[in-house]
Amino acid sequence: MSGSKEIVGQIKSIKNTRKVTSALEMVSASKIRKAQDRMQESRPYARMIRQVTGHLAHANPDYKHPFMQERDEVKHVGYVIISSDRGLCGGLNNNLFRKLLARFREHQEAGQDVSLVLIGRKAQQFFKRIRIEIAATVEDLGEQPQLEQLIGAIKIMLDGYRDGSLDRIHLCYNHFINTMTQRVRIDNLLPLPPATDEPMLQYWDYIYEPDAESLLDDLLVRYIESLVYNATLENLASEHAARMVAMKNASDNANNLIDELNLAYNKARQAAITQEISEIVSGAGAV
Amino acid sequence: MASTIQCDIVSAESEIFSGEASMVVVSGEEGELGIAPRHAPLLTRIKPGQVRVMLPDGGEEFYYVSGGMLEVQPHVVTVLADTAARAADLDEAAAVKAKEEARRALVDRTADMGMAEAQAQLAEAVAQLAALERLREKLKH
Repeated sequence: MSGSKEIVGQIKSIKNTRKVTSALEMVSASKIRKAQDRMQESRPYARMIRQVTGHLAHANPDYKHPFMQERDEVKHVGYVIISSDRGLCGGLNNNLFRKLLARFREHQEAGQDVSLVLIGRKAQQFFKRIRIEIAATVEDLGEQPQLEQLIGAIKIMLDGYRDGSLDRIHLCYNHFINTMTQRVRIDNLLPLPPATDEPMLQYWDYIYEPDAESLLDDLLVRYIESLVYNATLENLASEHAARMVAMKNASDNANNLIDELNLAYNKARQAAITQEISEIVSGAGAV
Repeated sequence: MASTIQCDIVSAESEIFSGEASMVVVSGEEGELGIAPRHAPLLTRIKPGQVRVMLPDGGEEFYYVSGGMLEVQPHVVTVLADTAARAADLDEAAAVKAKEEARRALVDRTADMGMAEAQAQLAEAVAQLAALERLREKLKH
């Protein structure tokens, strides 16, 4: 019966692993829904702000907010990188980081500085090993990220843009397409792309209290915050989806392994029995 | 003749209220505002306080907002509510905190690794994933 005992032990340990992976799979499956709902809920806000800012830009064509001005020379580039806090979600974070590293290399070759704001622990663990300036980090967002947690980190980037130490800011995250597909997105956060809404049919304008410039400033800051917040939610949904798929694969693998080991165990048992019988038979023959 | 106005109260995290109202009362930065249907277009900041929505059937709804923006068009009122208390010094404090976290995280920056090394490590991780994938394929057959 050599080996069969070890096989039993292996089967047992794989079964335990399978319990863990299938539990994780189910947890993620239920969390995806909630994350998606939250994504939906945060959309109206961004849409409304977009409308209002678009209108403001139309109504005050002579006032150009710094956030909307394209800079001629780009020397310093900022990245807001959103990753997950936890691992075990397949290649989700690594795909993002790989794309980013390629871009950073391009920036290096072009002589541009890169500065990072990292959201999520995985990004922090990864980028702290590289020689790149990290301006701010946020972690432990949990299942219900609050906009409040992001304000500080975003402000650092916006301040940098205002005082000219950053010329361009990108937002990087995993875009949630569906449960099977998530795509890495690297969007332009600043300067804001010009509003391409339908042209105004007739001229009308708001009454501003107190004045258009300061309101526009406030609105744009909130708009950017809502974009980052939205991206955080997208990334959260992607994380759960990726983890669900990864854990499903792991459970399937465990099942296959158990099947194979069972087969091996049965074969070993059969071999042992056959051997015993042949020993008895040959023993009887000797007598 | 519509005697109601569409009222939307939204925050970055959720939609708080959406529906018809006969009047909306908000405390704007420059004073109390009562917005009735066909109000002139208006854009203003609002102070932390109550938003009172008077419903067409005579009922009233109250919401607390911690500041935000108010946009009025003749048939739509939109309250873009802040979810957190906002003030220049509060925002500054949050920014300082985020910076502080970054510094703390970097204290245990073990080795100053070059971009190439990082890429190598990443390639390794990706290769491992690919290997797992292949193993899985093999097990299927």
